[in-house]
Amino acid sequence: MVGIFQSWNIALSIFNLCLISAVMTMGANIQWGYAGLINFGIMGYTALGGLAAVLISVDPVQEAWRAGGFDIIMSLWLIVVMVLVIRFILKRFEKSKIRTYSIAAIIISGILLIRFSAEPGIEAIEAVDPAKTGFLGGFGLPIIFSWIVGALFAGGLAFIVGKVALGLRADYLAIATLLISEIVIAIIKHEDWLTRGVKNVIGLKRPAPYEVDLQTTDWFIKLVEKFNSGKLSLIENLADRQAALNQLVIEGSSVFVKLCYSGLFLVVVIILLILTQKALYSPWGRMMRAIRDNEEAANAMGKNVVKQHLLIFILGSAIVGIAGAMLVTQDGLFTPGSYRPMRYTFLIWVMVIVGGSGNNFGAILGGFVVWFLWIEAAPISLFLINFFTAGIPETNALKAHLIESVPYFRFLMMGLGLLFIMRYRPKGILPEKIEIK
Amino acid sequence: MDFVNAIILLLNYIFIPALTYGSQLALGAIFVTLIYGILRFANFATGDMMSFGTMMTILFTWYFQSLGVSLGVLPTALLAIPFGIIFMILYMLLIDKFVFKYYRHQKSPPVQFAMVSIGVMFVTQAVVRIIIGPGDRRFFDGEKFIIKAREFKEMTGLNEGLAIKSTQVLTIFVTIVLVSLLFWFLNKTKTGKSMKAYSDNEDLALLSGIDPKKIVLVTWVIAGILATIGGALYGLDKSFKPFTYFNNMLPIFAAAIVGGIGNPFGAFLGGYVIAFSEILLTYAYKKFFMYVLPESMEPDSLVQLLSTDYKFAVSFSILVIVLIYRPSGIFKGKVL
Repeated sequence: MVGIFQSWNIALSIFNLCLISAVMTMGANIQWGYAGLINFGIMGYTALGGLAAVLISVDPVQEAWRAGGFDIIMSLWLIVVMVLVIRFILKRFEKSKIRTYSIAAIIISGILLIRFSAEPGIEAIEAVDPAKTGFLGGFGLPIIFSWIVGALFAGGLAFIVGKVALGLRADYLAIATLLISEIVIAIIKHEDWLTRGVKNVIGLKRPAPYEVDLQTTDWFIKLVEKFNSGKLSLIENLADRQAALNQLVIEGSSVFVKLCYSGLFLVVVIILLILTQKALYSPWGRMMRAIRDNEEAANAMGKNVVKQHLLIFILGSAIVGIAGAMLVTQDGLFTPGSYRPMRYTFLIWVMVIVGGSGNNFGAILGGFVVWFLWIEAAPISLFLINFFTAGIPETNALKAHLIESVPYFRFLMMGLGLLFIMRYRPKGILPEKIEIK
Repeated sequence: MDFVNAIILLLNYIFIPALTYGSQLALGAIFVTLIYGILRFANFATGDMMSFGTMMTILFTWYFQSLGVSLGVLPTALLAIPFGIIFMILYMLLIDKFVFKYYRHQKSPPVQFAMVSIGVMFVTQAVVRIIIGPGDRRFFDGEKFIIKAREFKEMTGLNEGLAIKSTQVLTIFVTIVLVSLLFWFLNKTKTGKSMKAYSDNEDLALLSGIDPKKIVLVTWVIAGILATIGGALYGLDKSFKPFTYFNNMLPIFAAAIVGGIGNPFGAFLGGYVIAFSEILLTYAYKKFFMYVLPESMEPDSLVQLLSTDYKFAVSFSILVIVLIYRPSGIFKGKVL
């Protein structure tokens, strides 16, 4: 529809983001719909996925490694040693005040030690050509791998968060995860040696061909020519025809690149959909629903509720991590400053609730519908405003003000949508369907 | 003399800013805690409700300024705050009637309330941005400083200046008055006591003839007063920007939980705990040590425990630690 009204290019980029949103929504849906765990930390996992994309695909910065690599590795070792010591103490000694205090002391002194030992290294790294690099770089592998690594990163974080926070009651879990994701963003934003921070990483590698290369390859030009042969043959003049063809090739190349991404993302969505559907109808899925609906009864039946909660928390977060890596892959840049809770946490939750929690198709539908509305809210509300105020002259202050603030109607639309769905269709557009045999 | 200088330095850069920021957080935290204790949900629209109240105050301030009304040395906003409060309360009651009431009658679980409050958050954000726009607004007028740094130096002959902004004094003063009024109301009046009873045990309170409608109404009224004044004071001291208010929700939550959710006094102190720890941990102590220590021991580095970028992270880490080790908060709120 947008393809016809605006352009195929915009339509495809919306479609791609719809696919990514669908993946995120599926991740959140696994946690909320299957297990009833509330996770407001989606933003943090998305950002970690993005970080994975950077660390995997960027070429290593040799100079920076030489300048400060040793210090960083030493600090990493210190962290590992610290964790091992704490584990040792936890295992060997009975729970007591002395133990708690000594662990606290180890953590504090460890942090101070790491700060002092890593400081020169960090400064040296950040001093290496700060306009272009100033960070350690990555491993220089194809960016596709980062989708898996992003899942691992996010899963790892989810393991830690889950260990800490899963015992809390639902609304506190929401607040705790929200705050933890803010901490993650703060770290990503300000540890320049690792992520370049707010200086952003641009020009990441692509899994798809570049537009510029496509425009000079023969088979692609022939393909475009074939597609548009009817239109082209109408033009008599040879030079004009060549110019028209060139224009079409330029347009076609960007559409083609976006199609490549769509294909890749579609594969991910389908694989995840198959897996999650299988999981939903497996004995494991039944167990998760049992735990969700009555934790105590499931516990009495001998199911390990804590362990299953942790597992599903990790799985869901890992899927969100994949989506985060996909997002950075498609944008080709990593901008830590752009991770805002409105866009990456609450909007995803609107998708889950609107689509229908507990239903994977609902999650995908929610991702598509909500993202489409989020993008197209401004044009739609502009149209509505113009429609309702058609009789009022252009110079009217109220009308001008409304038209000026058109971008913010998307919040209104999302909020009202969420409220109406919660009120009149609390299970979402596609409610959870479980057949009881 | 060096010692006095050091103390003035700490006063100027740590104590007074933290006290001001803490007061602003404390008002918000009491708001969160009241809603939690009596209406029983975590209100994710907190920050945006505060920004709505502030927006109303700003609109009235502009109106008064256009009329030429002013309070002389005091900011005109003080005059506008009561009107802002009225509109805030009306807005809250409207939302309660159309949104929260239904779920209260359904006896929905707190999670559902939290989700609904996210919907309210989106709507409020849209309303604020559509009416006043997303930009930065300053609406402070009147005398800016009570003591300027330079005047203080001349007066006392010290090296370090002490600057006290009028908004800082105003914030602390208003907070103390408001909070003492609130505690008097909660502990001494009949309505306040019945609110406490309702928060403790709903069924028992209903049995003893407490009118739930009245309780809810009074809660929203108090919440409106707190939200508007807290938001307006923050806006006067810094500036008004919808996005900042949304972000402030997080330290406010942290303060409410650290103090023990459902416990207004805990929330009040929680605000200061959060503010002081944020500023104490991210302040660079180099100058302080230069005054206190003899010259041979002067530090080279900034002596900063954490860079200021981690300001928010500090408060969240405190929250996480409290949640793990003492989930009911420092001052025993409800057990989570």
